[in-house]
Amino acid sequence: MKFIIAIIKPFKLDEVREALGALGVAGMTVSEVKGFGRQKGQTEIYRGAEYSTNMLPKVKIEIAASDELAPRVVETIQQTASTEAIGDGKIFVLDLASATRIRTGETGDTAL
Amino acid sequence: MIRKLICGAGALGGSLVAATSAFAQDAASAASSVATAAATAAATASAAATPALIKAPTAAQMASMVNKGDNTWMLVSSALVLMMSVPALGLFYGGLVRTKNMLSVLMQVFMCVSIIAVIWCCYGYSLAFTGGPTPFVGGFSKALLRGVDVTTYAATFSNNVYIPEYTYVIFQMTFACITPALIFGSLAERVKFTPLMIFTVLWSTFVYFPIAHMVWYFAGPDFLSANTSDAGLLYQWGALDFAGGTVVHINAGIAGLVGCFMIGKRVGFGKEATPPHSLTMTMIGASLLWVGWFGFNAGSNLEANGLASLAFINTFVATAAAAVSWAVVEQVVHGKPSMLGAASGAVAGLVAITPASGFAAPMTSIVMGLVVSPLCFFFVSTVKNKLKYDDTLDVFGVHCVGGIFGALATGIVAAPSLGGQGWVDYTVFPAKAGTYDMAAQMITQLKAVLLTLVWSGVGSAVLYFIVDKIFGLRPTEEAEREGLDITEHGERAYNS
Repeated sequence: MKFIIAIIKPFKLDEVREALGALGVAGMTVSEVKGFGRQKGQTEIYRGAEYSTNMLPKVKIEIAASDELAPRVVETIQQTASTEAIGDGKIFVLDLASATRIRTGETGDTAL
Repeated sequence: MIRKLICGAGALGGSLVAATSAFAQDAASAASSVATAAATAAATASAAATPALIKAPTAAQMASMVNKGDNTWMLVSSALVLMMSVPALGLFYGGLVRTKNMLSVLMQVFMCVSIIAVIWCCYGYSLAFTGGPTPFVGGFSKALLRGVDVTTYAATFSNNVYIPEYTYVIFQMTFACITPALIFGSLAERVKFTPLMIFTVLWSTFVYFPIAHMVWYFAGPDFLSANTSDAGLLYQWGALDFAGGTVVHINAGIAGLVGCFMIGKRVGFGKEATPPHSLTMTMIGASLLWVGWFGFNAGSNLEANGLASLAFINTFVATAAAAVSWAVVEQVVHGKPSMLGAASGAVAGLVAITPASGFAAPMTSIVMGLVVSPLCFFFVSTVKNKLKYDDTLDVFGVHCVGGIFGALATGIVAAPSLGGQGWVDYTVFPAKAGTYDMAAQMITQLKAVLLTLVWSGVGSAVLYFIVDKIFGLRPTEEAEREGLDITEHGERAYNS
């Protein structure tokens, strides 16, 4: 099993979700996050007090997927979340040691 | 109820008859001009028959000199001015602080209004609006509102026109309530609640009440001629301040500046970002201030007549012009006009027009609005950044600077040669228009500004020092980092 973490532009979330749903991804966890990378932040000015905000709002998606599905998930996210501009985000894939469904106690791929 | 309905029907019938006869008059237009001429003659005759003005009327005579329209307008105005402090000023200031200090600002403003309302009735009204042995402050003759009841009356700015004294007490109370609250903007995010409230009481007593007395107290149009020294010091000098540019804005603005120097900068000032937590709140607050200010300025006329309308339109357009010019300045300097800038400009315009609202003409008001914003913008951005003082919400840059500009500009725009209203000489009976000398008036305005700056600046410094030594104004660094909402009030503005 793989654990996939994707950081994407917030407005791309719905598109990504739909594409992953069509792929058969049964669930995901989404959080609003802030961070920085190569994309420059904006400058805010309040009555002459300037703040440059390096941290930009992004959306973080976390998905647990079977070894077979994982490459297609990564590919789908990459294709749907891309705007071909800097700041589109990153996808990280980790090995997942175990998964347990709390309601039934099922483990492994069946718990996903 | 049935009788009311019948009356209503009667009134309707009456108006129908009137309308019909008016129509008939229109039809016979040739005949009507003759009728008009006759009516004019009759009107002239009746004017001649009007009883002469009464000098120094008795309370019983005053009772017949009260106009229900005036009283209604003044009560509505009073409610509008209360709205300027709660919620308007609270939201305007509250939106500009960080989330962790939102409630502290709201609570400070709310309690300031509540405490001052009480002491206003106990002794504030008396200190501000009774004659005393000195022209600096009134006496205690009306302390606890002694001698004020439904059969006593307060003078307006016309001979033989009065309003109920309770109305005057209420209207002036709302001014006393909001003025100290303006100061809180300079100290926001780093001041302990109870010591601040103690300071507020002391400041009102030793700074606000005397200044209000000096600028606004006079015996009244029907009484001043009998004793021309029965007026406050600045009134006797001839300083023009229609609705409180010196008394409210310069007074509070300089107290704020002194305060932010004495209490010191916020923890992390200049290093940590302290952006406003909700400019939506600030926009609501600024807009409610604009609406409430119609009561503040047009209400300061004390009568619902043409001058009230003049003050109203001046308040409207000076504010609009100032909001526009602040946005333009930001567009030029930063490339983007901001909502906070527009709101700040509106408040600067309101502050500037306050002393001039009943004296200027609408077009000169617009000019004042256009000029005040670049000036205040320069102070809140360039000057504040250069001198590195932490006037959290720019009370000095907007209220004091805008107030000084307004007070001085009043000397110009009040000139009848510029369409202004000039000044009225109440030392003679009946009152007559005074001869306007712009240069002399400007010097008087400048003297009034300087006296207010010194009185409030020095007085505030002494009071801050005393309160800080006895109670301590500043919270611990830990409490300040945690936020005043939790450490001073034990609650959070937003639980989600």
